[in-house]
Amino acid sequence: MVGIVIVSHSKKVAEGIKDLAMQMVGPEQKIICAGGMEDGGIGTDAVRICDAIQSADSGQGVVVLVDLGSAVISSNLALELLQENGIDTQVTLADAPILEGAISAAVQAFIGGSMKEVVEAAELAREVLKLL
Amino acid sequence: MTTINGFINAINDELNKNKEYLTELDGLIGDADHGINMARGFNAVVTKITDEDTDIGATLKKVGMTLISTVGGAAGPLYGTAFMKAGGASVGMTRLDSETVEKMISLALTGIKDRGKAMKGEKTMIDAIEPALEAVRVGIENGNSLIECLEMAIVAAEEGVEFTKSIRATKGRASYLGDRSIGHQDPGATSSLIILKAVTAHYKTKVLEV
Repeated sequence: MVGIVIVSHSKKVAEGIKDLAMQMVGPEQKIICAGGMEDGGIGTDAVRICDAIQSADSGQGVVVLVDLGSAVISSNLALELLQENGIDTQVTLADAPILEGAISAAVQAFIGGSMKEVVEAAELAREVLKLL
Repeated sequence: MTTINGFINAINDELNKNKEYLTELDGLIGDADHGINMARGFNAVVTKITDEDTDIGATLKKVGMTLISTVGGAAGPLYGTAFMKAGGASVGMTRLDSETVEKMISLALTGIKDRGKAMKGEKTMIDAIEPALEAVRVGIENGNSLIECLEMAIVAAEEGVEFTKSIRATKGRASYLGDRSIGHQDPGATSSLIILKAVTAHYKTKVLEV
C-alpha cells in the first residue's frame, strides 16, 4: 500500500486530517503526520518530514500532502536529504488541498492504487466543488 | 585565534539582540515570528557547536541541519540549505580566504534560490545576499583583502535591504499583501545583513588581536 504523509505547520491540523482520513480506510493504511516542530510549536521541519516518509513507506512509495509556503520548501528539502543519505524511497509531493487531497489519496491508496493513481486522486480533489 | 565556533556565537549574539526588531519587521508584512524563529534556531545551534569543532565545512553543515529542525518558518529550510551549501564549499578547512568565502556565499545563494524558487527583486533574503556576493567578487578582482571584501559586501547588502522597501513581495507570506507590502523592508534580507555584519565584526576584532 502506498503510504501517506501529512505535512502541516500545525501538529493539531496534521493530526485532525489524519483522523478524518482514517475514518475512510482500514487501520493498516499508513498515514503519518509531520505537523509542527519537535517542541510542538508552529512550523515545518524537514528532518521530521524525512522520518515520517520513512515510517510511511512499506515498499510501494509515499505521497506527501502539504499545507502552505514553507511546508513545500521543507518537504522538497526532505526529499533531497533522503537522497543524500542513500534512501531510495519513491516519494511524490501532491499539488492538492491538504484535507480533501489526503482523504482522496487515502481511499485510493487503501484500495491498492499505484503511486501515480494516489497522486492523481489527491490532485483531483482540487476540482471538487462544495457549493453546487 | 578565531574558531568557527566564535563566528557562530557572534551570529547568535547579534540575532538575539535584533530578535524584537526582526519580529517587528515581520509583523508588518508577515506572521511576526522571524526574529523569534532565528533566535530560537541559533540558540539551539550554539549548544551543539564548541571550540573542538575546527572543520569549518563540517561545522556549517551541522549548523544547517540544526536550523532546519529548529527555526520553523521558511527561514529554517532556506538558511539551513544556505549553511549546508556553504559548508560543502569549506569541508576540511580551518582557515578561509576570499576565494573560498566567495564560493561559500555563491553556493549558499544558489541553494536558497533553488529551494525557494525565487530570484532577486522579490523582496526576500536574496535581495541582500546577491549584491553582497557581487561586491565580494569585485573586491577579489581588485585585489582587496578579505576584510575589505566583507565591508564592501555589507554596503551592498545594506543597499539591497533598502531596495526591498521599494518593491512588492511576490514570495512568502508577505505576497498575500500585494502592493501593501511596498514601503516595508524585508525581514529575511535584514537577517541576512545582520549575519554578514556579525561575521565581519567578529573577524575584524580577531584580526586586530593578532
